[in-house]
Amino acid sequence: MKLTRRETLALGLGGIAAAALPRQALAATADDWTAKFTGGAAIADAGVTLTAPEIAENGNTVPIAFDAPGAASVMLLADGNPEAGVATFNFGPAAGSRMASLRIRLSKTQNVIAIARMEDGTFARAAATVKVTIGGCGG
Amino acid sequence: MAKDVKPRVKVPKQAAAGEVVTLKTLISHPMESGQRKNADGSVIPRSIINRFTCELNGVMVIDVTLEPAVSTNPYIEFDARVDAAGDFKFTWYDDDGSVYEDVKPIAVI
Repeated sequence: MKLTRRETLALGLGGIAAAALPRQALAATADDWTAKFTGGAAIADAGVTLTAPEIAENGNTVPIAFDAPGAASVMLLADGNPEAGVATFNFGPAAGSRMASLRIRLSKTQNVIAIARMEDGTFARAAATVKVTIGGCGG
Repeated sequence: MAKDVKPRVKVPKQAAAGEVVTLKTLISHPMESGQRKNADGSVIPRSIINRFTCELNGVMVIDVTLEPAVSTNPYIEFDARVDAAGDFKFTWYDDDGSVYEDVKPIAVI
């Protein structure tokens, strides 16, 4: 029997609703953040330098720096934190470089990921594993 | 308004035209992540600086969205290109609606 367009649409919507429901209860993962930032586009492995300590003595304040020449914006993620998002940097016309540093919280040993959206629309990624001895999320 | 929030920025007094200078910014703020619990087990609600911007003479240098994973007393360091003398304006936006600002002049030699 041939499905009418109305029936196909109903099936599709039902499927999406079912898939979306349980996810709303969970925090967004690093993959979710990445997908939202890149829209699923390909991500090159070179083009961003991420500087992070190998071992963080204090997970409450871990110094992180990145450099992404040619980037329009850079998003930082921590894939083992309760919420993967860390910060997103958007560079304006008066920016002197595509470099920034800040201090972040890491709850446990995990990867810090930097994803850059270049001015030409392509994406690049760098990651670093940071060992954390004392977790920084208050837990 | 979060209590005792104080911005501190380090800006060179002068630069050559077109020179790139490094700016260091700090704001004292607890950055309550929303992950901690009270003694009675209830969650302490999130209350953070969620956005930081820097402009030079009205031209955007950087616009940063911050999540709870940024440490207490957020420290952000970045570069700006000084095309003309004027004022750097630094703005921090708090979850509770407060806006903190600091303005620092820069001369061009």
